[in-house]
Amino acid sequence: MDILITGLLLGGTYALIAMGLNLQYGMARIMNLANGEFLVAGGFAAFWFYTAGQVSPLLTLFIVAPLAFGLNWLIYVVMLRPLVKRAKSHGQLEVDAILTTFGLAFVSVGIMLALFGGDYFSYSYLARPITLIGDTYALNRVTAAVAAVIICGGLWLWLNRTRAGMSIRAIAVDPKSARLVGIDVPKLSALAFALGGAVTAVGGALISTFLMLDASTGVLFTLKALVIVIMGGVGDVRGTIVAALLLGILETFVATLIDPGLTLAAAYLLFVLILLFRPQGLFGRRTT
Amino acid sequence: MTKRDWQSITLSAVLLAVAACLPLTGDAYMLSIGITIAMYAVLATSWALFSGPTHYISLATAAFFGLGTYTTAIGIENGLNYWVTLPIAAVLGAVLAVLVGLATLRLSGVYFVIFTLGLAELVRQVVTWGQNLSGQKGLYVLTDITEVHIYWQLLVLAAIVYLTGWAIGRSRLGFALRIIGDDEEVARHSGINTSRAKILLFMVSGATAAVVGSILAPRYIYIEPALAFTPMLSFLVVIMALLGGTGRLWGPLVGVIPFTLLWEAISSSFPNQTTLLLGLSFLVIVYLLPRGFVGLIESGKRKLREREAFA
Repeated sequence: MDILITGLLLGGTYALIAMGLNLQYGMARIMNLANGEFLVAGGFAAFWFYTAGQVSPLLTLFIVAPLAFGLNWLIYVVMLRPLVKRAKSHGQLEVDAILTTFGLAFVSVGIMLALFGGDYFSYSYLARPITLIGDTYALNRVTAAVAAVIICGGLWLWLNRTRAGMSIRAIAVDPKSARLVGIDVPKLSALAFALGGAVTAVGGALISTFLMLDASTGVLFTLKALVIVIMGGVGDVRGTIVAALLLGILETFVATLIDPGLTLAAAYLLFVLILLFRPQGLFGRRTT
Repeated sequence: MTKRDWQSITLSAVLLAVAACLPLTGDAYMLSIGITIAMYAVLATSWALFSGPTHYISLATAAFFGLGTYTTAIGIENGLNYWVTLPIAAVLGAVLAVLVGLATLRLSGVYFVIFTLGLAELVRQVVTWGQNLSGQKGLYVLTDITEVHIYWQLLVLAAIVYLTGWAIGRSRLGFALRIIGDDEEVARHSGINTSRAKILLFMVSGATAAVVGSILAPRYIYIEPALAFTPMLSFLVVIMALLGGTGRLWGPLVGVIPFTLLWEAISSSFPNQTTLLLGLSFLVIVYLLPRGFVGLIESGKRKLREREAFA
């Protein structure tokens, strides 16, 4: 029971990160391997504001989000759009995007190493116990999970109830047909990419309240987010959330009962099972 | 075989013979750079054998390399002869490649990239866990193999890789792979078993990387997971191969030599900026050199020919 709830709390935050990646990969069609670095950057921002100015990480979100949004929008327009235009096929775009974002990931790790050094950073925010259904949990984990749920809910509403959100989902289904019904694909792809970056950075700021991060941990989160997105189905919001919760529980399970060093192995186990049995995602339909 | 084939074989043999004379200079620093270049040349060329025609970017070199290193280390510790561990490493590398291939190569390329990205880290976590259970930290590899032996072994391996690559390029398998790289749908419709072809080639690539790991194990003397499975190795191999160009068999070599020298220079004078440099190299390749040095050379040649045609 203890493991289940800790796992759900972790999974809630994972859901947020994976939503960010899903917006970028599922909707904007860019496999962003630099996703985890934005998460770490968000965490760094929260850390810096908290230690330098005693600003609560929850308030920092309102600074992190627009900054990450702007930065990701710039990255998309300046660096990725030329690749989209140059690509002759979807496969070529994928290779180019992977190499570019991989390069970006290393550049951002390099910059963060230069700015903050290679140490782990952590701070103590809301590190108080709280009792839920008879067991105690750290308040910061609960807060982060609640914030993640609120943001995920907002995104879900936005994607399902507004015109922009619906258009983005249409692009996720089929970019070519979306153009035919008068959707401005280049503009909305940039929007989806930027929004995805913002969501991930917010996730990073939330995670930094209870996990230690360092400049080079980003790639691990990228991998976990990728596993979640593929498990949940590319472009599928509901699937992403379920998959994130599953991964959170499995990871906590493995870390508590076997060895904390094996969390990635746990994620991979899940990944292999999905690839072997349901490569189209948990709720995906097999394409013909 | 045509006259051209004989010419290129003779040329390669001469170059190889010249390279084999490097230890005769007696310069230990030159030799250690030579080993690094030979190692990356083998790794990048065997990487390009698979990733060149198919455009499937494998980030798993470090996993195979570490597997080979550990095979040799554990084999020697249990009394096996060093030379016996090399073929064992090759077989294990091929088996790992088949497993990865069966899980991912039947699907689209992205899954493969993601899977290989974490593979080295996955194997490292499992090995570390295994060592924690048995209470060991690392392994000693004590042999009477010197740097010169390592260098010559790598050269022999390089010759084998080039011959294999040349043979594959002329075979039905090589032809099938080029079609897959152009259009997988077309390949499937013309009766090519695409996943079998991809897995076969990935096995060659994985087995080679594992053997390279075994050959280099005696150089390290002391082996621990963080050293054997360093992810940096995979990224460097990808950069060097793409920088040279994967369209030709000799392409990766053209990237390996300058990049190794540059990397040695940078990592000795700015050790903290290597990650940044790695990132910038990726960006340079995508935006400025999408087809590598080989692409540059070939478009240069074409321009020259056009000018001659006009004159």
